[in-house]
Amino acid sequence: MKEVTFIVYRKDPSVSEEEKFEEYKVPVEEGMVVLDGIHYIENNIDPTLAVRWNCKAARCGSCSAEVNGFPRLMCKTRVEDMGDRIKVSPMKAYPVVKDLVTDVSQNYDIERRIPEFKPKEGLQEPWRVDEMDVKRSMEFRRCIECFLCQNICHVIREHESNYVGPRHMVKIASLDMHPLDDVDRSEFLHDEGGAGYCNITKCCQEVCPEHIHITDNAIIPMKERIVGSYYDPIERAIKKIRRKKR
Amino acid sequence: MSEQSISDFTRIETDVLIIGAGGAGLRAAIEASDNGAKVVVLSKSLLGKAHTVMAEGGVAASLGNVDSKDNWGIHFADTVVEGVHLGDWRLAEINAKEAPDRIYELEKYGAMFDRTPDGRILQRAFGAHTYRRLCHVGDKTGLEMIRTLEDQVLHRDIKVHDETVVTKIFKKDGRAVGALAFEMRTGKFMAIKSKAVILATGGGGRLFKVTSNSWESTGDGFALAFDAGATLMDMEMVQFHPTGMVYPPGVRGMLVTEGVRGEGGILLNSKGERFMKTYSPNKMELDARDVVARSIYNEIQEGRGTEHGGVYLQIHHKGAKFILDKLPGMHSQFLEFAGVDITKENMEVAPTTHYYMGGIKIDPEDNQTTLPGLFACGEAATGLHGANRLGGNSLIDLLVFGRRTGQSAAKYTKDAQPADVSENDIIEEISRVTGFLNKPSAVNPYELINELRDTMSKYAGIRRTEENLTTALDILLKIKGRYSEIGVAGNVRFNPGLIACFELHSLLTTGELLLRGAIQRKESRGAHFRSDYPKMSEEFKRNITWHMEGNEVKSSFSTMPELPPEMVKIVGQVEGHTQ
Repeated sequence: MKEVTFIVYRKDPSVSEEEKFEEYKVPVEEGMVVLDGIHYIENNIDPTLAVRWNCKAARCGSCSAEVNGFPRLMCKTRVEDMGDRIKVSPMKAYPVVKDLVTDVSQNYDIERRIPEFKPKEGLQEPWRVDEMDVKRSMEFRRCIECFLCQNICHVIREHESNYVGPRHMVKIASLDMHPLDDVDRSEFLHDEGGAGYCNITKCCQEVCPEHIHITDNAIIPMKERIVGSYYDPIERAIKKIRRKKR
Repeated sequence: MSEQSISDFTRIETDVLIIGAGGAGLRAAIEASDNGAKVVVLSKSLLGKAHTVMAEGGVAASLGNVDSKDNWGIHFADTVVEGVHLGDWRLAEINAKEAPDRIYELEKYGAMFDRTPDGRILQRAFGAHTYRRLCHVGDKTGLEMIRTLEDQVLHRDIKVHDETVVTKIFKKDGRAVGALAFEMRTGKFMAIKSKAVILATGGGGRLFKVTSNSWESTGDGFALAFDAGATLMDMEMVQFHPTGMVYPPGVRGMLVTEGVRGEGGILLNSKGERFMKTYSPNKMELDARDVVARSIYNEIQEGRGTEHGGVYLQIHHKGAKFILDKLPGMHSQFLEFAGVDITKENMEVAPTTHYYMGGIKIDPEDNQTTLPGLFACGEAATGLHGANRLGGNSLIDLLVFGRRTGQSAAKYTKDAQPADVSENDIIEEISRVTGFLNKPSAVNPYELINELRDTMSKYAGIRRTEENLTTALDILLKIKGRYSEIGVAGNVRFNPGLIACFELHSLLTTGELLLRGAIQRKESRGAHFRSDYPKMSEEFKRNITWHMEGNEVKSSFSTMPELPPEMVKIVGQVEGHTQ
């Protein structure tokens, strides 16, 4: 049977801050994904190897990692596409809990702060909604919260800002584009959400396993929503002058 | 290894403790909280990742938006008839009656469903539902449901400890009063004192090698309840979903939604014959899951399977636009995992272990188990689906009975006094957990888990015989005998091997009761097919229940509650129609 070498990041912060990569030989079967390789190691070589996974069907977004340096879902990355030496390391934007597992709990804190769906008053029941509106919002509702977009976002990686990040921009867009929603989230986006920090480099939409057009269809419209709400001619003029000076 | 003292634990106090954060657990949390109870939720996975997320085709409720003749009575009758009269009619009645309200309520929580041309919730056909009844969002219904419920929970005063493993339910004076758990992320132990405990822990599909189930489904709730002295029931009843992927081997078992057949997909054998014509001339591909699964199994056994051991499922005749619109998840799943374009090519499918109809016995009126203070809902509980579950009835079960359980647990806490768990009991349980760590020459728990899964798959799957079941039980008991030998290196923090030690115990409990039940049930009914007793028997129109007496496993046959005359009439309508 063919074998490939898995080079896996190991760290247990409860023991020491030491980081290392360990090599494991893994037999390959047809159609095998990187997560299968990690499970092989866990089942047969080292049961303490920590990995977060759930559905193994690309529907839950648990097994996010960097495979050969690129952010991916391990369950969706086929071994045969990755060569004979496959390097697997945890997402870089989050603190390591152990080995391949990172602490993503900050995302739930952000979600708690996003103003929730609130329907318009006096709607006739049962509600009528146009299928077109469902389709538009569904692009964002496909999100499986794998946080790979958060991981790749350079604002989150490199800057200390309050920017909520692409996943949460997608969440806000999904709520905002619900035709019966009655909440204006532009203040949240502008202030607490730090949406202005995103400079539309589109890295997030490149890594999205659900192929959501994060920047084009969620972030840009949400930024426009802020501009609309915060429209003020004086402010605008100042911004224009600043831009010219630069 | 970092030294961790066994007396190092956090005490948490709450009214309602919910174990499990899938659809049922989250819906229960919302309701208990809205009824004034303080709620703590513990979840084995990260919040929002529970198995519910994988549900695809839809959620059943007789809204009558597409087929206006549909009503709760027909939904009720479909459930009872297709459950082959093994289910609790009262649960089926409650489920069918409350379903529409739960759908509209979910919509008010922010969920979106596909729509009819006039803007109402669209409903699709599914196996053995008399009418088009499944509300859906493409083929990602579960994701939409769990995300909506997650949002509601996050915006309430509900404490969620995710990635937390529960090892024991504490009892005092004959009732459930809390639990011991450890948080994977920190390796810290928690002793939770609560007035009521809800088990919403899902099923045990991972007992088999080929399964659509995620890592959570190892029967943990069954074992927790059973160890605490609660009664389990119908443990031989496991659903094999007709259509799982078969190729490549790495994805074997991955679910192919019934929505494919609901939207017009047909099944073909290697000779190109639409074989369901032979097995079920009227309902064809849309007969109940047990019937379709057995038909596929039979085709493969008799040599009319595909080269990878499946049959073909064809949908490409519906056209690419239709498929991308109605089944986008299936399209990308096959393209990305198998390199198959389902708008042009056939899928290869075979049955996969999918759902546990059996589980923890509950009172249909309040979802309380036989142990006071311990409640159960969702897949962990049993009784609604009988011997065969209808597609879409599990998702509605989560909403209907999640809500009801949250309500009854909150009500129960109003009169219940909290009971202290002694420090000794807590420390004893913590040392049991840490006892698995760093034992000299320990057996790898995965080795035994894999042996057990192989055994169950080989001997206790779709086709069962006395001989095979007895062989499997012998092997299982040998594995059980070696349980004390297992162990793992490292510490408590995010240690999959340590969790596997507990999963093995859950799987052994589940598997043992499955096999014992299957041996006792000398008939074929619903998902339980005995080739040595291929006929259904009136004598076995009874539930097999299990409980512990001291260290002994006890079983008994319980009598079924009789259908009241007005219900007999409703059921008769559907039965007459089916025959």
